[in-house]
Amino acid sequence: MEAVVSVKNLSIVYKNGLRALEDVSLELPRGKITGFIGPSGAGKTTLIRVLVGRQRIADGSATVLGEPVGSARLRGQFSYMTQNLSVYPDLTVTENLSYFAHMLELYGSASTSAVHEAIQTVDLTPQALQVVSSLSGGQKQRVSLAVALLGDPPLLFLDEPTVGLDPVLREQLWKLFRELARSGKTVIVTSHVMDEADRCDDLVLIRSGKVLAHASPHELCTHTHSKTVEEGFIKLVEQAA
Amino acid sequence: MSPRKTLATSHRVLAQLRHDPRTLALLFVVPPVLITILKYIFQNSRMFDSLAPMLLGIFPMVMMFLITSIATLRERTNGTLERLMTMPIGKVDFILGYAVAFSAVALLQASVAAGVMLGLLHVSVLGGTVPTLVGAVLSAFLGTSLGLFVSAFAATEFQAVQFMPAFIFPQLLTCGLFVPRGQMARFLQWLADIFPLTYSVDVMKQVTVHATWTGAATRDVLVVVGYAVAALLLGSLTIHRQE
Repeated sequence: MEAVVSVKNLSIVYKNGLRALEDVSLELPRGKITGFIGPSGAGKTTLIRVLVGRQRIADGSATVLGEPVGSARLRGQFSYMTQNLSVYPDLTVTENLSYFAHMLELYGSASTSAVHEAIQTVDLTPQALQVVSSLSGGQKQRVSLAVALLGDPPLLFLDEPTVGLDPVLREQLWKLFRELARSGKTVIVTSHVMDEADRCDDLVLIRSGKVLAHASPHELCTHTHSKTVEEGFIKLVEQAA
Repeated sequence: MSPRKTLATSHRVLAQLRHDPRTLALLFVVPPVLITILKYIFQNSRMFDSLAPMLLGIFPMVMMFLITSIATLRERTNGTLERLMTMPIGKVDFILGYAVAFSAVALLQASVAAGVMLGLLHVSVLGGTVPTLVGAVLSAFLGTSLGLFVSAFAATEFQAVQFMPAFIFPQLLTCGLFVPRGQMARFLQWLADIFPLTYSVDVMKQVTVHATWTGAATRDVLVVVGYAVAALLLGSLTIHRQE
């Protein structure tokens, strides 16, 4: 299958000397949900930031949709939901989405329908005219996700999109990710919650800047003779130690 | 660069202000109130007549500096700038969007303050209302540009506020508001010659005492615009696509 993301021998060292990623090589499939799974500080966000072009590369290379990361041609070809809410709390839901739609070069009726569709998809129509700061935590998270859905991008990078959400809302969001993947989009999600790994088609287990394994949940469990991904992850960590 | 994205950014910044009535009230009420207080501090009306227009060249800069530095710092810390930098928006669109929005606010702010100063407090400005407003908007543009630039060096809103005494107060003390610049120590005169606020205040002085637009006022305007544009360009250099 054609790779939508390709990473070769990638290493990232921060100015303070911290090695955030070490010799990472990956090929991620198109039209699947890929999960970057690992504990906090493992390097998941750094890897996402590399792929969206925000993190300068020290060693190695990475391409997204066939273009080198950071290329101007990639801007607007994918969406990025950061760990922070990255929306304006003092604007309404609609005002937020309209602004980001304009930044994606959607104007007039194209902007209106894209905004309307995104709000509907995340089930925030009753809150559309509410100021974001007045919404609950889960609703704010969905506003941020709605921004990532604008313009119908073929590739979505979602950094910890379900963190802090109640189980019902988490379930709803995972259903949405599944629908997006079914429609041919590639969804790349980070999570430090191991039970979310089972919901992914493709897993990249990361710890201390290194990729411990890259496989489907089933392959991982078979390979490590484990019943759950969490158990498999622990065995891999013990093997690596 | 895209004018549509610049204007969309300005529109968004103004919408944020619209949702914050307390800030709006402070922006439009504080300058006329302070000018009115000054009127009753200086019973001598000649002194007040010379100081009030100068304040109109200072308030917009100080207030826009504060608002812009905090607003852009928030963009950096809450993740919106992170998200925007992965989108097809130019850094110049982003920065100019702020400059246009806050210059528009400054025009309104200056109109209110000038209305009170000229209409209610009967301050005599020989140059007339329009040049007075031009001077005030110019001052706001300078404040916005400097605020955008300085915000890059603050990690928290607390630090951003501290930049005001560090960055603005020396300019305020040496701009000729308290003592004519010629009476200050020589090294302070040199400093005043470097500081942009000096020229912003000088525009107002020119407008106050000359019925027609002067060559000196043109020179002052060009210097202020030069500083503002340089600060905008430097500000755009502090926004990085890649870190």
